[in-house]
Amino acid sequence: MLDRDQVRKVAYLARLELTPEEEETFTTQLSNILDYFQQLSELDTSTVQPTTRAIDVSNVTRADTLQPYPNRDAILECAPDREGDFFKVPKIINPE
Amino acid sequence: MVTAAPAKTEYEAVIGLETHVQLKTNTKIFCNCATTFGGTPNTQVCPVCMGMPGVLPVLNQKVLEYAVKAGLALNCEIAPYSKFDRKQYFYPDLPKDYQISQYDLPIAQHGWLEIELVNKETGEARRKRIGITRLHMEEDAGKLVHGGSDRLAGSTYSLVDFNRTGVPLAEIVSEPDMRSGQEAAEYAQELRRILRYLGVSDGNMQEGSLRCDVNISVRPVGQKEFGTKVEIKNMNSFNAIQRAIEYEIERQIEAIAAGERIIQETRLWEENSQRTVSMRSKEGSSDYRYFPEPDLGPIEVSPEQLAAWKAELPELPYQKRQRYESELGLSAYDARVLTDDRAMAEYFEATVAAGAPAKPAANWLMGDISAYLNSNSNVSITSLPLKPSELAELTNLIESGTISNKIAKDILPELLEKGGSPKALIEAKGLIQISDTSVIETAIAEVLAAHPKELEQYRNGKTKMLGFFVGQVMKKTGGRADPKLTNQLLAQKLNE
Repeated sequence: MLDRDQVRKVAYLARLELTPEEEETFTTQLSNILDYFQQLSELDTSTVQPTTRAIDVSNVTRADTLQPYPNRDAILECAPDREGDFFKVPKIINPE
Repeated sequence: MVTAAPAKTEYEAVIGLETHVQLKTNTKIFCNCATTFGGTPNTQVCPVCMGMPGVLPVLNQKVLEYAVKAGLALNCEIAPYSKFDRKQYFYPDLPKDYQISQYDLPIAQHGWLEIELVNKETGEARRKRIGITRLHMEEDAGKLVHGGSDRLAGSTYSLVDFNRTGVPLAEIVSEPDMRSGQEAAEYAQELRRILRYLGVSDGNMQEGSLRCDVNISVRPVGQKEFGTKVEIKNMNSFNAIQRAIEYEIERQIEAIAAGERIIQETRLWEENSQRTVSMRSKEGSSDYRYFPEPDLGPIEVSPEQLAAWKAELPELPYQKRQRYESELGLSAYDARVLTDDRAMAEYFEATVAAGAPAKPAANWLMGDISAYLNSNSNVSITSLPLKPSELAELTNLIESGTISNKIAKDILPELLEKGGSPKALIEAKGLIQISDTSVIETAIAEVLAAHPKELEQYRNGKTKMLGFFVGQVMKKTGGRADPKLTNQLLAQKLNE
């Protein structure tokens, strides 16, 4: 069960501004989602090794070969604002 | 280092370093973009490093190789199973809003490196092992330029260059084993030396390919618990690391002695004012919400691969230092100077292998040859026309008495510029040392005959005149008379 303070913290970490009504709604909804996943704990996993992934693939690497991306302008154009070669972002406020 | 405080309590500093080094690959850690320094902003970017939806990062195999080699050289255990994690934080230099790093299963852990502090006067060396907590792989962030002000404070907007985003880094964390600014600076230098020997990083501090953050606290000597630690950033030379630490030790001891509390915070080293300034305290520790990176599979370095990489490691600086002292009989100071740069050490070793006695070879390299290289920035030890075998020949010509040290110094500039056989050169120039007693005696007789007044002075007890006569004989023989023999014969003749 998730409480409202936890919802506020998650919202803060995700830089979301929620109204009191939304906080209420998400507290219920997120709790429901967690409850749903909680069903998984019915399984007996005492003999299963912990894992971080479901697919058994390791050591996927690539050669160190240069291949510049040809369409750099398309990337710059994706941003809301630019100045010459730079992306332009609003005034940065240091997190306290 | 132990520093005496006014209240007579003795304090010691506890110092650990966190170092980020850029790995010297052609391409970024997870995509095929260039890693070159100083390119036009945002020309070394692609959808992967810009974190576009749906892209798939793939690990650069050189990054893995370099990280493992660095780990091995730092005497670490290499993880049989390692993975990447996402570290979440918001800052405009991070396009994905998370950094791909390694959290609980870094590629290397539990190592050490050995630092050596040589007292230049006594030549005595003190060695100390500094523990390495861990080494992990991660991606670098972009670069911000603040608009409307040269600092973040007061700026009205910022400009972002993502060329550096995704450049491969190794983060190397030390144990809090250092006790002085000197030890910390030496640790950082030794770390860079090792990485350069391996060829995995150029360690250029000016270009940001080696960055050190210092964690430092002080405590009364004998106390087991650590004091409150402060992080210092923004040092861009080894010297600055040492001075920042020395400043900070003083500051913390003074504060404690005055009954103040040390605040856990990040401080910036200000080069201009030579002090550290608070950068706002970050007490509420950041919540990075690490979780395993789903786009990248785990890394399992096989024992065969590990053995193959281990076999490729060069002899490391501290091993060379010990060998130069024990096998070649060099002083700790000489060993240290020669091994600072791998190319120099290899040149020296090739010279010795070609038959040169170690100490004279070391002297030539550390003296005249280093001076020449320092004043000719377009020549390096590897491109020097004078080859190791030729330097060996030169030292042997002196050892055998064929030429004097003075003659060797005279012909050195030409050898450094053009290379070639020193023996052939002295023969061509007719500079072979005169060790023929009769020739020298003739010269002496002529000199004495030409300077009756000086001879008179000598015979009246002014024995310092010997030097004058030696000089005259040298002049007469074009510097070729064997100095030792000349001295002997002169002394005989004068005291007859």
